[in-house]
Amino acid sequence: MTRLDPNSLAVSERDEGFAAIEAALATLAEPAPARLGHATLVAVGLADDYAVIDSPIGPLRVAWNGRGVSSVAGDSDDRAFEQGFFARTGRRATRVDSLPPRLARSIERRLSGDRRARIDLDLRGTTEFEQAVWLKALEIPRGEVRPYGWIATEIGRPRAVRAVGTALGHNPIPLIVPCHRVVRTDGFIGQYSLGGPANKRAILAAEGADPDGLEGLAKAGVRYIGSDTTHIFCLPTCHDARRVTARHERRFHSSDEAFRAGYRPCRHCRPVVAAGAA
Amino acid sequence: MVFHWVMDAPAATDPNADLDAALVARLAVDLDASFEALVNAHVDRLFSIALRILSDRGDAEEAAQDALVRAYRALGGYDVGRIRELRLRPWLTTIVVNVCRNRTRVKRVKTTGLAFEPGAEPAVDPVARRDARDAWANLLATLPPAQRVAIVLRHVDGLSYAEMAEALGKPEGTLKAQVHRGLATLRDALADEGPDHLDHKEMTA
Repeated sequence: MTRLDPNSLAVSERDEGFAAIEAALATLAEPAPARLGHATLVAVGLADDYAVIDSPIGPLRVAWNGRGVSSVAGDSDDRAFEQGFFARTGRRATRVDSLPPRLARSIERRLSGDRRARIDLDLRGTTEFEQAVWLKALEIPRGEVRPYGWIATEIGRPRAVRAVGTALGHNPIPLIVPCHRVVRTDGFIGQYSLGGPANKRAILAAEGADPDGLEGLAKAGVRYIGSDTTHIFCLPTCHDARRVTARHERRFHSSDEAFRAGYRPCRHCRPVVAAGAA
Repeated sequence: MVFHWVMDAPAATDPNADLDAALVARLAVDLDASFEALVNAHVDRLFSIALRILSDRGDAEEAAQDALVRAYRALGGYDVGRIRELRLRPWLTTIVVNVCRNRTRVKRVKTTGLAFEPGAEPAVDPVARRDARDAWANLLATLPPAQRVAIVLRHVDGLSYAEMAEALGKPEGTLKAQVHRGLATLRDALADEGPDHLDHKEMTA
């Protein structure tokens, strides 16, 4: 079989009636489906898809890529969303019909209060401080709220209350990262990046947090609720505080007042905000 | 040095190699800003390779995407010097062939060349007439995997034997022999079925 000598093959390929076969094989190359390039960029996080979901405050646009959810926004139309998204991330977002089924299920479970539902977040381009603030906000259970100073204290930056407020205002993934559960230190509901305070109240009400009741307490200067049976005091929305019956409830205007009355802070809501964080 | 031009002459005049050299220079500087250019330059050929190895469009789409995602992750872990030295065509080919191999271990490739079934009546075989490319693809799928891969890279994708050797980690002589055996098998299969099965002129037009 001298024919198989590699050096003679270039010649023999032409000698043996292969030319027509080679020409036919060359026609078997074909363009990839148009979606493949985009899907690849989305998979590696260099482009994003987005879809519209329903929420207590109307339709929201949710963007994601292979690294996680990258944006939630209440823009009025696709164009506004895409422009805002590009301005922030430098990436194109492409409208698709619906979220990937797994992501849709996780978001639905999360928004209904199941904190075990895993949702990856794509937080590239944000600071460590911002991420610490947002991850802390993720710990606040549905139906409860915490003051800005609480976040500042919990992340070890008790004097950075204003910066906490700014970081929450820049939250790129509102609703999923529940910055709406962070309220003013005096107990008033405060500002909200996703369409203003009315939306914040609507979301909190939908989560069972009773914004009117909270502002009632705030107007009365009440910061903490204690139980005279356990001698423990909590933030007003702590699930422990809400179990206290009216007969045993004691209201405090400051942590000092609670300490003087012989109460200790709740281990669940950790209500005492570090000095300087108020 | 006497033989130097023999080795380098094809690469120096290969416009694809020039494009890839420019591309790796950009990838080395900013991977995220230039990866889309890599995708645009190679997605069609990676899809074609996967399609003709796996014989299934859906599988090929997944394999091509998987290969590009792997390439992106690998590039993210390489230092600048290593990226600059990459020859993208053979490197990406290695990745997509490996992805295809891993997939075929799970799912066997369909190897029945329906259009070439012995006994089928040529005149009443509209599939082979209407879409000769499908017929060729089916025939290609009947080849043993090593020959099929070698033929796909050489004659569907158009790699040089030097690039194939680099991509597959095999000597050029071995690859030439595999291509030759594969072509001979295809030719003999055509001869067995008679000339009416495949109209060469129609197919290659």
